[in-house]
Amino acid sequence: MAKLGPMGFSPYPAAVKEGVLNPPEGKALLFDEMVDEEIAMKKAARAMLTRENPTIFPGPQVLYAWSEDAKKKAKLIKELADVFGAKIIPMYDYRPKYPKINPEVEINPNHPNLTIWHNNIKACIFVGVHCHYANVALKIIRAETDCFTIALCSMEGHEDAMITLRDQHPSELEKFIEIAKEVKRELDK
Amino acid sequence: MSFKIFQINEEFVDVMPKEIVELQENATWGNPKRGVIDLPFHKELIEEHSLCAGCPEAAALRYIMASIPAPEDTVIVNSTGCTSLVFPHIAMHTIHSLFGNQNAVASGIKRVLEYRYPDRTKDVIVLAGDGATVDIGLDCTLQSFFRQERITTICFDNEVYANTGGQESGMTPKGHVFKMAPKGKQFEKVPMWQIAIDSGCHYVARLTVSSPKRVESVIKKAVYVAREVGPTYIHLYTPCILEIGLNSDQGLEEMRSKDKERFEFFEYVSPAAAEIIEKRKAEGLL
Repeated sequence: MAKLGPMGFSPYPAAVKEGVLNPPEGKALLFDEMVDEEIAMKKAARAMLTRENPTIFPGPQVLYAWSEDAKKKAKLIKELADVFGAKIIPMYDYRPKYPKINPEVEINPNHPNLTIWHNNIKACIFVGVHCHYANVALKIIRAETDCFTIALCSMEGHEDAMITLRDQHPSELEKFIEIAKEVKRELDK
Repeated sequence: MSFKIFQINEEFVDVMPKEIVELQENATWGNPKRGVIDLPFHKELIEEHSLCAGCPEAAALRYIMASIPAPEDTVIVNSTGCTSLVFPHIAMHTIHSLFGNQNAVASGIKRVLEYRYPDRTKDVIVLAGDGATVDIGLDCTLQSFFRQERITTICFDNEVYANTGGQESGMTPKGHVFKMAPKGKQFEKVPMWQIAIDSGCHYVARLTVSSPKRVESVIKKAVYVAREVGPTYIHLYTPCILEIGLNSDQGLEEMRSKDKERFEFFEYVSPAAAEIIEKRKAEGLL
């Protein structure tokens, strides 16, 4: 599993079939390696700062103001996007849209590759997407594109992302923003 | 479930597609007096649909979605058929069940919602075609009526299995010929509205969708009665214009002609249901 791309059908239908499992508490997943959260955050920040057209895909759990936590996360995600100079393309719901999505402004879990192809996105962050749909979308992206995927998950993570950060709540997002700023300084950007 | 789920965080309003922002700003959430009168002025809960041009089912769905008293607290259970092509595009909670078992699924959902949200009113509406409701799903439909499940069942009757090529259904009138039924129907149309009454439904209506206000009225009555009394059933004529050889602008005309024939407006109200309807009328909700 631990390969980036290439474009075309993935020979690996699911990371878990390759024995890649979600990280335990306090750890993160970097491809198929368990690493400390800070290391994964640095790698994620570097990918977002160095690869073409970095994009954040916020899902319904952070797009809508349904809880205080969601409101806080929205502010932090916006700040994170500013640090990375990343575009934000929402995955506002999971309905298969008729006749097709507008890949310029939206992403859909049923064919996320269309948005990635259209915008030539080489690094992306999934945040606030419900587990099942994140899993589906991340598998499709890994199979169909050469995009570097990062999952900021508030639960146990997504082994199909290239970097998985689990238990990501507002305090962890604040930490990620600080690390991103640090990496940005190191890269002299 | 709450209409708060449609309130977009202000940080993301600028990146959300226009139609989603409109759902928050201009749809009729939290207003039990919403109705078909809102259609030209407010955001509809159906964004787009993939039905044929001029399909009466599309009109029916638009009227129903505009009339449901509390869409933010409603779950729709549907079944395979032309209608199921629309449900992915509506801004409501919907569940696609196996063909024919929609009333069983809805019964379970209603019970769980009552258990999970004892202080809130949750409506469950079944919306399926005549094949799912009357032919293949008759068992589940009737059993839910016998058990007095507090759900509303809406049958879209196009009198044929339309999207599989035109096989006759139990709802096809006697003698009708379809592409896959060349000999003509050999027995009478199943009087489902009468069976619903005999099986314990407290509010039953049979109509076409030629009159939006009438559709609104029966939907609201059925939902309010189902909330407090027991099962309700609405039988709607939504002809398949392709299968009966009409053009896309002839659906309304077809329904109007059947208003005077086998789909003449018919309404049954049980005494318990009549009480609820009077109460809601007094509250200005009907």
